[in-house]
Amino acid sequence: MRASRRTTLSLRTLALVYLALLLLLPLGVVFYRTFEHGASEAWSWMSTPAAQSALWLSLIIAVIAVPLNTIFGVGTALVIARGKSRRAGRVLDALIDLPFVVSPVIVGLALILVYGQGGWFGNAFLNNGIRIIYAVPGMVIATVFVSLPFVVREVTPVLKEIGDEQEQAAATLGASAWQTFWRVTLPSIRWGVAYGVVLSTARALGEIGAVLVVSSNVAGQTLSLPLLVYQRGENPGSNSLIGVYSAATELAVISVVVLLIMTVFGSRRERTV
Amino acid sequence: MATTTPTVPRPRPAPSRARSWRVPRHGLGLGLSTLYLSLIVLIPLAAVVEQSVSSGLSTFWDSITSTLAVNALEVTVVASLIVAAISAVMGTLVAWVLVRDEFPGKRIVNALIDLPFALPTIVVGLTLLALYGPTSPLHVHLAYTRAIVIVALLFITLPFVVRSVQPVLMELDAEVEQAAASLGASNAVTFRRIVLPALAPSIVSGAALAFARSVGEFGSLALITAKVQIASLVIYADIESGDTQSAAALSVVLMAISLVVLFVIRRLGARVAG
Repeated sequence: MRASRRTTLSLRTLALVYLALLLLLPLGVVFYRTFEHGASEAWSWMSTPAAQSALWLSLIIAVIAVPLNTIFGVGTALVIARGKSRRAGRVLDALIDLPFVVSPVIVGLALILVYGQGGWFGNAFLNNGIRIIYAVPGMVIATVFVSLPFVVREVTPVLKEIGDEQEQAAATLGASAWQTFWRVTLPSIRWGVAYGVVLSTARALGEIGAVLVVSSNVAGQTLSLPLLVYQRGENPGSNSLIGVYSAATELAVISVVVLLIMTVFGSRRERTV
Repeated sequence: MATTTPTVPRPRPAPSRARSWRVPRHGLGLGLSTLYLSLIVLIPLAAVVEQSVSSGLSTFWDSITSTLAVNALEVTVVASLIVAAISAVMGTLVAWVLVRDEFPGKRIVNALIDLPFALPTIVVGLTLLALYGPTSPLHVHLAYTRAIVIVALLFITLPFVVRSVQPVLMELDAEVEQAAASLGASNAVTFRRIVLPALAPSIVSGAALAFARSVGEFGSLALITAKVQIASLVIYADIESGDTQSAAALSVVLMAISLVVLFVIRRLGARVAG
């Protein structure tokens, strides 16, 4: 299909204008609102004790949830792509997508019903002095839930693509399963794993719905960065709007960095596959 | 892909330490994966289903047929359908421009498509509030209307159609299009008869993902829809007020809608693919 120059140009313009209006204009306004009274005012809102502890909490949650999902993700991808039972692999493959389909608030509700007071396992934990819901552990589990599929989804196709000939060869040459995994399998799936990790991290740092439901929303204790944005945004009267916008800018900057890493890893991954 | 692969005789591994490379030996891997998935995902979701019918089926029915619930479901599903439709058209157009067109800065635009996946949804909501809210610099006041729900959902679902159409379009053979053109077909006819049928499965599956995502979206809508009843916000309000039974009932309906859409689309995709 050879479109005329005019058609090409108008299609290009239409696409770019759509993207600019949808993506860039709103972000630009937030940056403008953050810094319209100077960078120092924005900085003072970003460095309040509540904001600092929110950033810390977000990072801690991500640092726990992402490695868990990475280990589980690689293991599950191996089960799906290399497991003995094809049927079990297929069932697992279908179930993995559930967190993508379930609304984040439903995730929160589900965790309350299981791990909260009066829940299926909740009282057992509470009787031993372990508080999960309305505390940090619940926020971690909620984050694990929503970011669970990413690594599996990125690694499974790579494993299927590369096949298992090299692994067979390594086994024939006397390598143990463990050696084969570290020396043969892992090096060839590493960019897929890396891309999955970046996607999980982005989701873990930005999750709000699921975490909001299971958090007690107390500043300095159970307020992650997205929750801080929500709390400041919900009561704009009690806070300067700059407070909301500066916290959002902080999150947006983090995610732009994530986006850059994503682009780099994405292109590496395509080259290796 | 479903052709039967001939069984190639595999080289027998050396009997000593080497074992045939099957990771989940004795099903250990499978067991651990299933356990992890159960504790985090499956058991909690089962608890939602159980809670929704905990006071009997008639209570379940009452909670999902209340005016509030029916309204919320209607608004949510209609908005999601509109978003899926716009996303299908604009996403295909963007993918087309990114694959077939050349212009300076194309790689940056291509990277930008993933922005909605990277940007926390609450920030999306706030940016839209800044742009269309009471202090709108454009004096466009869409906040707390249904229109802004559509805009927010278009933002967060942008990558789905673009990213599912892009690879298919790259693979598409330009020679068939040239042949059609040389036989006198206009661009419109070539697009409708040659290009669109080839892209249709990927457009539909991208749009279905966009729909499923929209139906459950919470974060980007939390700050901007105070007066519009969206299903996920109604569920949140129910949880906050302690009415977990109503929340669970509405949750079950919402999950059923997303699952049915995805299941039907997968079936359709499998049939088209042969």
